[in-house]
Amino acid sequence: MIEEKQSKEQLSNNKLALSDDILMRIEKPERYIGHEVNSVVKDKSKVKVRFAMCFPDVYEIGMSHLGIQILYDMFNSMEDVWCERVYSPWVDLDAVMRRKNIPLFALESQEPIKDFDFLGITIQYEMCYTNILQILDLAQIPLLAVEREEDCPIVIGGGPCTYNPEPLADFFDIFYIGEGETRYDDLLTLYKECKSLKTDRVEFLRRAAGLPGIYVPRFYHVTYQEDGTIDRFFPTEEGIPSVIRKELFMDIMQEDHSAASYSSYPAKPVVPFIKVTQDRAVLEIQRGCIRGCRFCQAGQIYRPVRERNVDMLKSIAIEILQNTGYEEISLSSLSSSDYSKLPELLDFLIEECGRKHVNISLPSLRIDAFSLDIMSKVQDVKKSSLTFAPEAGSQRLRNVINKGLTEEAILKGAALAFEGGWTRVKLYFMLGLPTETAEDIRGIAELSNQIAATYFDTVPKEKRGGNRCQIVASTSFFVPKPFTPFQWARQCTKEEFLDKAYQTRTAISEQLNQKSIKYHWHEADASVWEGVLARGDRRLGQVIRRVYEKGSIYDAWGEYFNHDRWLETMEECGLSVDFYTHRERSLEETLPWDFIDCGVTKEFLIREWKKALEEKTSENCRQKCQGCGVSAFGGGICVEEKKL
Amino acid sequence: MRLRIKFKKYGPVRFIGHLDLMRFFQKAIRRAQIDVAYTEGFSPHQIMAFAAPLGVGLTSNGEYMDIEVNSITSCQDIMERLNKTSVYGIEVISVKVLPDTAGNAMASVAAAAYTVRFREGREPAMPVSTVLPEFLAREQILFTKKTKKGLKEVDLRPGIYQLNMESMESIYMLVNASSGGNIKPLHVMEALLERENFPDESRREENSVEQSLLITREDLYTNIGTEAEPKFISLDEIGEI
Repeated sequence: MIEEKQSKEQLSNNKLALSDDILMRIEKPERYIGHEVNSVVKDKSKVKVRFAMCFPDVYEIGMSHLGIQILYDMFNSMEDVWCERVYSPWVDLDAVMRRKNIPLFALESQEPIKDFDFLGITIQYEMCYTNILQILDLAQIPLLAVEREEDCPIVIGGGPCTYNPEPLADFFDIFYIGEGETRYDDLLTLYKECKSLKTDRVEFLRRAAGLPGIYVPRFYHVTYQEDGTIDRFFPTEEGIPSVIRKELFMDIMQEDHSAASYSSYPAKPVVPFIKVTQDRAVLEIQRGCIRGCRFCQAGQIYRPVRERNVDMLKSIAIEILQNTGYEEISLSSLSSSDYSKLPELLDFLIEECGRKHVNISLPSLRIDAFSLDIMSKVQDVKKSSLTFAPEAGSQRLRNVINKGLTEEAILKGAALAFEGGWTRVKLYFMLGLPTETAEDIRGIAELSNQIAATYFDTVPKEKRGGNRCQIVASTSFFVPKPFTPFQWARQCTKEEFLDKAYQTRTAISEQLNQKSIKYHWHEADASVWEGVLARGDRRLGQVIRRVYEKGSIYDAWGEYFNHDRWLETMEECGLSVDFYTHRERSLEETLPWDFIDCGVTKEFLIREWKKALEEKTSENCRQKCQGCGVSAFGGGICVEEKKL
Repeated sequence: MRLRIKFKKYGPVRFIGHLDLMRFFQKAIRRAQIDVAYTEGFSPHQIMAFAAPLGVGLTSNGEYMDIEVNSITSCQDIMERLNKTSVYGIEVISVKVLPDTAGNAMASVAAAAYTVRFREGREPAMPVSTVLPEFLAREQILFTKKTKKGLKEVDLRPGIYQLNMESMESIYMLVNASSGGNIKPLHVMEALLERENFPDESRREENSVEQSLLITREDLYTNIGTEAEPKFISLDEIGEI
């Protein structure tokens, strides 16, 4: 007891990087003071590698990200590594730090990032790219990788956007392609070796480039054809690989923690003082998805599906709740209904959490008798709403995108739900999907109307108690992503998007039950830039840089996003939005991300693209293997027995 | 059974706001596996009540929280378990069982004691000791405070029960902290130093009274006397170990 207390004091950093004057004047100073429960403080004289892990968005978003908690736990389990966290300073502090020349610091030690060995940045969405430059700039690290001196941290990027890292190639020393659990040990071992031998930065990077999953952009060169498409992409030195294969964490399925390379799951996640977006314990039940929806990047790049062991999940859930004190737990995966031991896990959690007064927050489950039964046990039916994600309004278009959800299943699920007492239904759709027609758009309105009609058919008037049902239909705009069957597709322009939203709104207003239907649509501006950056090439680096230098940060936040500034900068750089996102690519074109092997082959993606255009669906991984190529990794569902 | 928990707040965590501190304790109580009582319903919450909220940036040697429990091991054990799971700067210093008749922490607060010091280099031009006698001699101390509805003029004088120099550097004050007449130590200091043309108008942003002070709440008191003749005792004096 006494020892614990002493160590708490010794390890506390009473000195904060920001003065009281500053902390008293900015919003939510708790974002910047560290000291959260389960944050890790080490004796810096006893570690060899200092790693700053960054999520380039505001604290509340960054702290909600499971991936960082996993890597933070993994790095800190290495005795000679100290991993700390850093997030984007909010715009108020950003201004103060620039004015006073305060270097960006890590939360735990409150020490400047520029003195660290590594700055790792997770890149989760395109609209955070200017925030990456903000991080580098505030950290006083040169924006361009080639301008960094020997004592600069190695800047390393990871996460889904690194499946096309090219727009960011100028700013990173290294991209780690794939899942973080596997290769960091090797990379850090190499780093320590190089550091002790005083090997220079470029030589370290050269050797790192030889490790699987590691892409060092400075050792590659791109040439372009007259039409702007890529002519050649090639390594500039002997010994640098021409294809980078993603890293995959197969030990995730281990039952026995100690048997895996890095096996454990963060049992002591950092607990923020302030309310963050995902303010609960999170249990990742599986990685990957069997479904193969053709618009979905996650469904391809995280293949194959790997389920975590259910007994391990049960024991880790108890541990996390004990170590954090969270009053809520949720499950995380791309499609929780497909987790084979879901009933067993939920029964356990309901029992255990009921006793502990812990709420269970359910992920989006496929609506059927089973899930409704579970939901009625853990939620207040009157207050909660149900979510369906048909994604497209007509069966024809749902076949195109391979979304295996039928109208019959939706209406049946809705009827069951209304019988069970629910009155609120949320529906998610996408506008601008390949081959979409006016008829498909009308389908959104008609489906919403039918669900409302189902309510009136199912619930007799005397049981409605004066209530009607509430259908909320939301549409987002489709943005084609790399490594999906739609990676060749044309993206709609902003005007087309807005016209489609208008058509949807009009069609809904013409429905019989229109009073029961609410319609929301997303902004179209950001979707255009998301599209440009998602499928962009190295030439976009200068656009990102210039737009940042003109003052853009927090592009993912509507209030700070400046569409005109992006457009104007794009023109100044002699690049065209049409080229990057409003044209259909030919199957022969060399795509900027072709040098990455994400496990799924291009042949498979082409096959799926063609099937989409023929309105043909594909079975999911559990029904019938589609030969996507990822079985080469020799694990997960690819080697499980097929259930028919 | 109700417990009264007294704790200190110091160091970096002084920037944690009141609501977040409550959230912190809800989790800490779970981590410490205290048999706390919950409300009924779909989102049950712990039955707890805090005494007067502490302003962000202030440290304290005497904060209070009452919790309802179904059973206890011992007060000492609960204190140890909470401290084991706490963070640096939030430290439980006493746990007592409240008699059934005791009012809750929030309702019973009548007064608060503070010590106030100046940050280095930010002392006022005129020493406080020279202006204090005149200040206390006033019949009314009118102060204009900002409220959600706009500016409001209040008389601070009746709520200042005690105000004196404790040492060369620190000022002690005992002021009204009841829900109807709460007085902020900052307001007292602003009123006190108002006429002293407190340092350097031009750099007001950084040298305002607020930015110059280090304020520590020392304790919270309840009134066991009458309104006319109050007798203050510490909230910690109620209850048994």
